Amino acid sequence: MPPILSIANLSKVYASGHNALKDISLDIAKGEIFALLGPNGAGKTTLISIVCGIVTASAGSVRVDGQCIVRDYKAARKAIGLVPQELTTDAFETVWATTAFSRGLFGLPPDPAHLERTLRDLSLWDKRDSRIMTLSGGMKRRVLIAKALAHEPRILFLDEPTAGVDVALRQDMWRLVRRLRDQGVTIILTTHYIDEAEEMADRVGVIRNGEIILVEDKAELMRKLGKKQLTLHLASPLAGLPPALAGHNLELAQGGRDLVYTYDTTGDAGLTGLLADLAAAGIGFRDLHTSQSSLEDIFVDLVKERA
Amino acid sequence: MNWYAVRALYRFEMARFWRTALQSIVAPVIATSLYFVVFGAAIGARMTAVEGVPYGAFIVPGLMMLSLLTQSIANASFGIYFPRFAGTIYEILSAPVSPLEIVLGYVGAAASKAILIALIILATATLFVPITIAHPFAMVGFLVLTAVTFSLFGFLIGLWADGFERLQLVPLLVITPLTFLGGSFYSIDMLPPVWRTLSLANPVVYLISGFRWAFFGHSDVGIGVSVAMSLVFLVLCLAGVTWIFRTGYRLKS
Repeated sequence: MPPILSIANLSKVYASGHNALKDISLDIAKGEIFALLGPNGAGKTTLISIVCGIVTASAGSVRVDGQCIVRDYKAARKAIGLVPQELTTDAFETVWATTAFSRGLFGLPPDPAHLERTLRDLSLWDKRDSRIMTLSGGMKRRVLIAKALAHEPRILFLDEPTAGVDVALRQDMWRLVRRLRDQGVTIILTTHYIDEAEEMADRVGVIRNGEIILVEDKAELMRKLGKKQLTLHLASPLAGLPPALAGHNLELAQGGRDLVYTYDTTGDAGLTGLLADLAAAGIGFRDLHTSQSSLEDIFVDLVKERA
Repeated sequence: MNWYAVRALYRFEMARFWRTALQSIVAPVIATSLYFVVFGAAIGARMTAVEGVPYGAFIVPGLMMLSLLTQSIANASFGIYFPRFAGTIYEILSAPVSPLEIVLGYVGAAASKAILIALIILATATLFVPITIAHPFAMVGFLVLTAVTFSLFGFLIGLWADGFERLQLVPLLVITPLTFLGGSFYSIDMLPPVWRTLSLANPVVYLISGFRWAFFGHSDVGIGVSVAMSLVFLVLCLAGVTWIFRTGYRLKS
């Protein structure tokens, strides 16, 4: 199946000379949730802004469902909904008026039933006649999502969608994103909250200094780069590692009271051999626990590694 | 053509006008009434008729033109500047709308508002002085042409401005003086020859002169020259707007 979004050799150099994007190429499959991760200033918003038509690319091409965003910009933009990072809304308009405006702007005839459905999905129906300036920050964020969904887009860009929103609203948004995906909408989100990507994304891209340094299926990424640790709480503290255990990737912690074994999740963990060697060396333990690195740990490692 | 977008932009801008109806409608009515009190009753009573037209009636086209120019510029410049200032411009830039459609929506609404206010001023003026319009179709034509041209000019100012101060700069320091010196309240034939010649460099003279011709059948400069100058200014504004959208100046990084 051809990608719904195809970015080829995209570069952006701002008038100030800042090289925000460097030869980016990326394909997004129809119906997937793609999380674009990166530190501040990495180029996430520039990339989204180019695809949506807000920023002009210096080089390269972008196709949305086969349509060039420059030559066939109308067809391309019709397919896209954008929820920007900043809470940029009209203060004096009502919720209903601003969503109806967005639908018209994207070239669709009025459809009160669709708008009602969208506002109900976002728990905004009761606020439909309220002026936006009277709403809380979280409600304004929902209004931005309602505006982006007013024209029934096939691709939805969420630029830091849950920045500054409370836990309940985050959960609501995650549910909404999954429901949209179930309806066939492709979701591309940027986020600082790695747990958000871990929770929702099918694939993860990491961007740093304007370069995509990794694109990987999330599960595969966690399998390949994820690490597990087994911590043994020793019966008696050790002053140092016995030579018999030198073959294992072990570290002493907590002043010799804990023994930490780190292993990757791909091959044989070597636990049987380790336990046998511990028994042979006469090292007993009172308790044990395991932990697995999160996507956040992987992300931090990746960004540090390439710095 | 994305007519739904044009309609959405037009309605959005007109909604702002109706939201501030008191300020939008009552203010020009009061201002016009004050002009008639000062220029009509207090000063006008001591003035003879100008080119056979009572002074009170003579200033009506100038008053309408004064409001038409300032309102066209103010509405169009604010209309496009405010989304840039507030950041909501992202939605316009990311929508499937062409520059022509954006201009139709914003300039159409700004021109409509200015024409509405000019007609309110005309209606208010009829309460003070008897008005007859010699060429009503030409009057409407001039009204629309001037409103569209100066709304385009206002749109350019709104795109150029990078702050509220700049937004006010051109209307306050250029347009208002040119309008007052362009024969709003007098015929340039009343001026000494040197000032009359200098006045011909003021583009507003041609607009007011043409508009006055539509009311009273005579003008300071030939009607053909007035129409030609108005069209030249319209073309210049169109060229400016086209260039801005082509280059993305002040709109896109």
